[in-house]
Amino acid sequence: MLGSGLLGRATLWAFALLVLLFLVLPILVIVPLSFSAGAFLHFPLPGLSLRWYARLLEHEPWRITLKNSLIVGAIATLLATLLGTLAAMGLARARFAGKGLLMALMLSPMIVPVIILATGAYFFYERLGLTSSLLGLAIAHTVLGAPFVLVTVSATLGALDPTLVRAAHGLGAPPWLAFRKVTLPIIAPGVVSGALFAFVTSFDEVVVALFLTGPAQRTLPRQMFDGIREEINPEILAAATVLVALAVLLLVVAELLRRRSARLRGIAP
Amino acid sequence: MATSAVELRRALRRAERRSTLGGLALALPLTAFLVVFFLLPILGMLAKAVENSELAIAMPRSTEALRAWQGLGPPPEPVVAIVAAELKEAHARRQSAMVAQRLNREEAGWRNLILSTARRLPDGPQGSWLETLVAIDPAWGEPAIWAGLRRAARPWTDIFLLAAIDLHRDDHDAIVRVPPDQAIYLDVLLRTFWISALVTLFCLILGYPLAYLLATLPERWANPLLILVLLPFWTSLLVRTAAWIVLLQREGVINDLLVRLGLLAEPVALVFNRTGVLVAMTHVLMPFMVLPLYSVMRGIPLSLTRAALSLGATPFLAFRKVYLPLSMPGVAAGCLLVFILALGYYITPALVGGAADQMISYFVAFFTLQTANWGMAAALATLLLVATLLLYVVYARLVGIDRLRLG
Repeated sequence: MLGSGLLGRATLWAFALLVLLFLVLPILVIVPLSFSAGAFLHFPLPGLSLRWYARLLEHEPWRITLKNSLIVGAIATLLATLLGTLAAMGLARARFAGKGLLMALMLSPMIVPVIILATGAYFFYERLGLTSSLLGLAIAHTVLGAPFVLVTVSATLGALDPTLVRAAHGLGAPPWLAFRKVTLPIIAPGVVSGALFAFVTSFDEVVVALFLTGPAQRTLPRQMFDGIREEINPEILAAATVLVALAVLLLVVAELLRRRSARLRGIAP
Repeated sequence: MATSAVELRRALRRAERRSTLGGLALALPLTAFLVVFFLLPILGMLAKAVENSELAIAMPRSTEALRAWQGLGPPPEPVVAIVAAELKEAHARRQSAMVAQRLNREEAGWRNLILSTARRLPDGPQGSWLETLVAIDPAWGEPAIWAGLRRAARPWTDIFLLAAIDLHRDDHDAIVRVPPDQAIYLDVLLRTFWISALVTLFCLILGYPLAYLLATLPERWANPLLILVLLPFWTSLLVRTAAWIVLLQREGVINDLLVRLGLLAEPVALVFNRTGVLVAMTHVLMPFMVLPLYSVMRGIPLSLTRAALSLGATPFLAFRKVYLPLSMPGVAAGCLLVFILALGYYITPALVGGAADQMISYFVAFFTLQTANWGMAAALATLLLVATLLLYVVYARLVGIDRLRLG
């Protein structure tokens, strides 16, 4: 077996650690650079400072684009979570021919290249008055985010013991009460982690934003995209570091939710 | 007894039907939402790939006359008369540019032919209308322009879809290759597949041993390491792309280090070329390889390979005959997923690639946003969509839709 001997095992560990370094190091390398006192992206740093973070706070575009991104992200997350959770619950109890096809349609936004949605939206959201509007962008982001919610909620629903709900009904609980007291607490981790996925998807999305927004609806990723295309400076890396911190935070929350969900389902964490 | 069994079965079926109907009602909002904001826009965009409305809008009577006329060479005088008269009218309405642009897609240079003819057309014919046109430009005496006009008069056009694979129709309406100096899209298509295949391969080579190690570790060790795989997944794509530019650029961290260590005499170009695209895309897509591999490998009992070893197999043979075949579902899932996602990549190549590294998505964006050549954008998007959907079907058959998880 590969890596069965001591030498093999050591080689395997070394290789795997190198791959992990390849995955993580590029993300971590930008963090110290963003605290540089100088303007060049070099090691060793000429000194440490918070000047690029101060710039981030002072510079008008960052504030406006952050606000736009938060608005779009909030609407998209809300819509995607609502639609995705309902669909997951519906598909879990429905038996019909063509269910696989419907599921394939609902998950296809994860697979179909974003540029296809962006081009389609560019031509046809206009007829609905949804170009150059934050709502239009939020709707496109809902399309992209809903499948994630569908997947995470379906996973928790698959582990939900239907006899629990039946017991609640049998004890006289009306459907809504049974949902709120039995189903919801069990699927909650799936709903929340789906919502997190949906938010991250929207908060990082730039292709549709390039197609659908005008100067007044610029989002944070668009601001980053243009900045990276012109020239990367420590100010952009400061913004990037904030985003990395956000990613770590969300990752920790998602991981805690996963463990909680596993515990609720009776699987040891 | 029998009656009650029948009744029971009927009641059960009724209950199931009610449950299914309720389920469908819950699934309806998302279905409707996706139909309106996802499916219809995409179908509409696909229609743009075959749309052929310019001539019908600017010169409706000519369009009808040209559709009715069959044959080669200049058409009969009545048809020519309608075309000439309407071209003049279109010029007066400032719609001749639209016609000119449409004809220019048939052959470069016809824009000028149409525009200058429209400008110089007299009010009445001098001799026949055909002679009048030929007097303005001899090209009107050739069959080519009339064949072009007739193609522009059709309800649908295949010009964009053909152009997307470097084909066009000649004067006799036969499909032929475009001249080599104009052929670019097959290259783009092949490049898109080639880059995606290389990225998939790199992800597999780097991801397989990592997933194997994680799968054979106890969970309390594997979980923290798995978080390191998930961190890039949760980190903004733009942040990761920016990080690679910082690392790889000429004055960047890696060049700096290598020169300082004396491994390089002077900095080399690592980014804004193919190397940069491959490195950054491999990094970005790696979690989509490792996660499916890991989840399949976790389910492979190690006792099987131990049995092979105890029966005298060499470690390599035990791996090749026992472990590798069992891990193939994970390999298939990871490779298909990475390849499908790589096909549609736009942002990463646009930021870390050079002009010769742009993939098909770049050209869709270019034609939509820069040149407003929507037919061409839609045709290339159609190719991309068809390729993606074919692979999606393969994924659904081989791996199963229910295992599609991007996280």
